[in-house]
Amino acid sequence: MGDAGHILDIHQLTVSFDGFKALNNLTLSIQPGELRCVIGPNGAGKTTMMDVITGKTRPESGTVTFGSRVNLLELSEPEIAQGGIGRKFQKPTVFEQLTVRENLELALAGRKSFLKSLLARMTAAQEDKLYDVLETIGLMEQHNDLGSTLSHGQKQWLEIGMLLMQEPKLLLVDEPVAGMTPQESERTAELLQSLAGEHSVMVVEHDMDFIRSIAKRVTVLHEGCVLAEGDMDQVQNDPRVIEVYLGV
Amino acid sequence: MTTTKTKRRYTLWISARRDPGSRWFLGGLGLVSVGVPILNLMVPASSPLHLTSYGLTLIGKYLCYALLALAVDLIWGYCGILSLGHAAFFALGGYAMGMYLMREIGPRGVYGNPILPDFMVFLNWKKLPWFWYGFNHFGFALIMMFLAPGLLGLAFGWFAFRSRVTGVYFSIITQALTWALMLAFFRNDTGFGGNNGFTDFKDILGFNLLSDCVHVVLLVITAVMLGVSYLACRKIVASRAGRVIRAIRDSETRTRFLGYRVESFKLWVFVFSTVLAGIAGALYVPQIGIINPSEFSPLNSIEVVIWVAVGGRGTLYGAVAGAILVNYAKTIFTTSFPNAWYYALGTLFVLVTMFLPRGIIGLIPNRARLRGDSNEQSASE
Repeated sequence: MGDAGHILDIHQLTVSFDGFKALNNLTLSIQPGELRCVIGPNGAGKTTMMDVITGKTRPESGTVTFGSRVNLLELSEPEIAQGGIGRKFQKPTVFEQLTVRENLELALAGRKSFLKSLLARMTAAQEDKLYDVLETIGLMEQHNDLGSTLSHGQKQWLEIGMLLMQEPKLLLVDEPVAGMTPQESERTAELLQSLAGEHSVMVVEHDMDFIRSIAKRVTVLHEGCVLAEGDMDQVQNDPRVIEVYLGV
Repeated sequence: MTTTKTKRRYTLWISARRDPGSRWFLGGLGLVSVGVPILNLMVPASSPLHLTSYGLTLIGKYLCYALLALAVDLIWGYCGILSLGHAAFFALGGYAMGMYLMREIGPRGVYGNPILPDFMVFLNWKKLPWFWYGFNHFGFALIMMFLAPGLLGLAFGWFAFRSRVTGVYFSIITQALTWALMLAFFRNDTGFGGNNGFTDFKDILGFNLLSDCVHVVLLVITAVMLGVSYLACRKIVASRAGRVIRAIRDSETRTRFLGYRVESFKLWVFVFSTVLAGIAGALYVPQIGIINPSEFSPLNSIEVVIWVAVGGRGTLYGAVAGAILVNYAKTIFTTSFPNAWYYALGTLFVLVTMFLPRGIIGLIPNRARLRGDSNEQSASE
């Protein structure tokens, strides 16, 4: 269906709400291991696009293909999540009364019935995975602290860690640095960059400095379709982009 | 590579701590199971240390209540399900035991009918109702002590959780449940002895229920059941399922989003809790010697919640401590100021909610506890 080699292929996707076209013939594709930033003014269709990919919203027309074979439009939300697409929402939602370690443990991929959980033990491979994720998100020291004691930035990282525990092929990250201190933003940029390669990452963000610091490739959405695509310099100097989004 | 990682794994667990609460609780329970038989059976009645039959029954009752409180703490303290109807499951277990004890009386009843319990003869019934069949066998009755509360819990929980009834709405329908059962059991034609319930039991498995020795055995069995139930609850709470349950308490939707079937987790824990409540009721009846519909009173279920709140919820042993302390206070209060008890209980509840959100257990300084009970399961794994 999709082009061979792409992890995600969105083709001529249209979504409308009561006649308003939130997405209008959107075509976009992501390479494996790519870190892609998506920007655009409010109402450009960024969140709608993520909703379609994760199965929350059904489109009017178009196709969404995952890993060049799987038609995402036929799958339910949990099936898509199990299939390898993880999404991080804007607001950090970690379990406040569980420790960092426990938060990560619960996010582990695998069977999740009551009886299985009652008897579940961490295998050595799972422990290693957990350890690696703790290291990646930089919360090794805090592994036994309750979620409620973490700072805003640490919660965001923990949530990214929880996504990683699910071993996704594609990570969708919605405004990761909103409300973060500059140091935290910087740390998040490093984190997302270290994830690219092994995972494909799509980041939606408003913070231009942040995007400049991480992006190789930027897609600008406007009124439901792609306005421009390219590296940061190209995009920034595109007169249409300057007009609708960046301002003069 | 592997060895270094294994070593790292251990360092992850180094901050695990022992759980002193459990040791205190199990130690105390052991002390009671040894001390009570000695003080009642071996210390002569003339000695001031002698435990009277009354004291024996009282301690047995407290232990049954402690088991009921444990059941409530498991679902309320860990899963956030506030059941205001747990006394109903307690009473159902009690009625199952009561039905066996009634049939065990046999021809020794006032009317001397070998099959029909006295109240049926009195109501002029000719035939034993079908649901009384089998209760002359202890084994059957024993199964029913688990099944009656468990099946009701399963049916009730299935509908409630599946319809995503949560929070205060769930609490209210549990009150309605126990109220409805109370009204049904008050009726003579329901077949459970109406407002008199069951009493005048003679013996259990052939052992005379009036003898202290039998009561001592019942008390020790209760203590053992309480200990076993406590360890089972600890095991659940310390497992990954326990972590999922606490995650549900934190945020149901988030847990669902991680791929856990929240309804099924809640249902399992709820049913387990109702069975524990039923066992508590079944052990209560032969020691107290009576069961009647007032056990279904909505007020009873609310009292249980107060015991747990006073003791400290979400620790299991706190619930046990709360049940014993509040009931001891109730025993003293109702003998000296019978009318003041509910005022005292209400005041206690308000004070504890305002000043001791972690209950009495929260007063004990304990490093492990201050870090949150989430660290405890590290110790028990």
